[in-house]
Amino acid sequence: MAEKTMTITDETGVHARPATILVNKAGGFKSDIQLAYNGKSVNLKSIMGVMSLGIPQGAEITITAEGDDADEAVNTIAETIKSEGLGE
Amino acid sequence: MSMINGIAASNGIAIAKAYHLAVPDLSFEKTTVANAEEEISRLDAALDISKQELEKIRENARVSLGDEHAEIFSAHLLVLADPELVNPIKDNIRNNNLNAEAALDETATMFIDMFRSMDNEYMKERAADIQDVTKRVLAHLLQASFPDPALIDEEVIIIAEDLTPSDTAQLNKQFVKGFTTDIGGRTSHSAIMARSLEIPAVVGTKSITSSAAQDSMIIVDGIEGTVIIDPTEDELSAYRAKQEAFEQQKQEWAKLKDEPTVTTDNVHVELVANIGTPEDVTGVLNNGGEGVGLYRTEFLYMGKSELPSEDEQFESYKAVLEQMGDKPVVVRTLDIGGDKELSYLQLPKELNPFLGFRAIRLCLERDDIFRVQLRALLRASVYGNLKIMFPMIATLEEFRQAKAILLEEKDKLTADGVSVSDAIEIGIMVEIPSTAVAAKQFAKEVDFFSVGTNDLIQYTMAADRMNERVSYLYQPYHPAILNLVHNVIEAAHAEGKWAGMCGEMAGDEIAIPLLLGLGLDEFSMSATSILPARTQITKLSKADMQQLSQEALTLSTADDVEQLVRQRTGQ
Repeated sequence: MAEKTMTITDETGVHARPATILVNKAGGFKSDIQLAYNGKSVNLKSIMGVMSLGIPQGAEITITAEGDDADEAVNTIAETIKSEGLGE
Repeated sequence: MSMINGIAASNGIAIAKAYHLAVPDLSFEKTTVANAEEEISRLDAALDISKQELEKIRENARVSLGDEHAEIFSAHLLVLADPELVNPIKDNIRNNNLNAEAALDETATMFIDMFRSMDNEYMKERAADIQDVTKRVLAHLLQASFPDPALIDEEVIIIAEDLTPSDTAQLNKQFVKGFTTDIGGRTSHSAIMARSLEIPAVVGTKSITSSAAQDSMIIVDGIEGTVIIDPTEDELSAYRAKQEAFEQQKQEWAKLKDEPTVTTDNVHVELVANIGTPEDVTGVLNNGGEGVGLYRTEFLYMGKSELPSEDEQFESYKAVLEQMGDKPVVVRTLDIGGDKELSYLQLPKELNPFLGFRAIRLCLERDDIFRVQLRALLRASVYGNLKIMFPMIATLEEFRQAKAILLEEKDKLTADGVSVSDAIEIGIMVEIPSTAVAAKQFAKEVDFFSVGTNDLIQYTMAADRMNERVSYLYQPYHPAILNLVHNVIEAAHAEGKWAGMCGEMAGDEIAIPLLLGLGLDEFSMSATSILPARTQITKLSKADMQQLSQEALTLSTADDVEQLVRQRTGQ
């Protein structure tokens, strides 16, 4: 299992656009990928799941993955969060 | 063949097949199915075709509206592929032998309710996205065709009860040759959009949706305001000839494209255009516009799920200013409310929206929204000749307050080292009778006036312009209106300011001689009206029109005024 915790810095939080990008990325991996915020965990391959967390600016989020490509999945998603200016 | 009369909303002749834009009946019954796996393949097929459609819509939106607008459809596509949506539906079918329609509806409703109940306006709005997407799938399950303006890929004439701003935003001019609606008038949103897209349109036909069958041949005559259904061969050739003649007329007008608008006695007036998006600028320049007299910024806010960011707005304003070069661009700040709603703002329903919380009233209370727009405008000001105009000003206090906010934001930007033009004129739209009457007092403080006749007429005559039963009261030539316009122009000139007009009246061939005579400095109209207006004005003498308009001010009725103008100008 791979895991990474990050902080959201984008002032609008994880709204539709970044959520679309993250879910698209997650969909490319075989692993089961979860996104947790505020005690709730959702399937990162589910746009509605990710949106339903309503992640605001300043939120601490945790990405976990389980499966053959778990490490790569977590790293890629973390990279995407950084490169999209969404968080660090 | 049959002929239906309506209101000519946008010039020209269009001949193509009818395409109905209507939401089909999506009611269904909850049943059990014998073969669950078959039901699941039926669901998969509906999901597949919905995906293909959305991909096409996204592509069309990208081409006609830009990446920003296309983005929302990427999110819609992901909803269709969402395992948390699709798996529970399939489980439900498999475990309970439920029909796909009911299973889809159950899970979708759960998500829609969940988003709706969230304590965040933005999230609440996502419920509408899920609803949109699942409706499309449901329509396919029910084998009902789900029309979508962005999906059209052959030449058609759109037939609808009415077109919403987001419908019109998706129309692709390449395929949509014209449209015709049951309701609406010359100044309704759909009519204004048709003129800005330069496609022929006839609105307010009352019965076109029930008269024209899908795919039947339709002629839209936007010059006369008629629609012909299933024309005979003779009619087709007659209208093709008329279409040809109209194109030739357009070419005649085009010769005046780079000429100034000067009367026979050598008075220059400015003919400028009303626009809604940066894409409209091409039309303005092609039609010889000497500037933009009204840039309606609402479209930046409409048809989306959240407020446009400062940068996004900045890019649009900059694009318009740059393309127009040193020609003036009058930008109207956000005019929302009334018939233009923004669902994501979740404004309370009002009994009387046209007299309610809209335009500057909303902006002064929600200055968080207002300031973002003003900052974007100020930042863009260095790229051209920007003038800022506040809509729906009823009192001087409102103007002072709006101007103070603008200057505050300007100071902040300057302090941050951002360059802002020092030559921005700040004016107001005159559309409330109180402001037209007290124009003298306003003229001391504003840099310019622009008379918004669509609203000024409806407020002065107390007649809703969307209500067909009182539409006879929409009388631009009424002496009351002419006197108000006269008062505004006189007040402006007494203070050395300029007065323009940005309502439909400014491009009207009966009104033009009167407005010219009253001393109007700037006429702002649909881009396609500019060349006909220039042709007309270059044949008129301002001195003669002054006499004419003075006489008109004293007449009793709108009919008297119209007759006088026709007599004197030989129209």
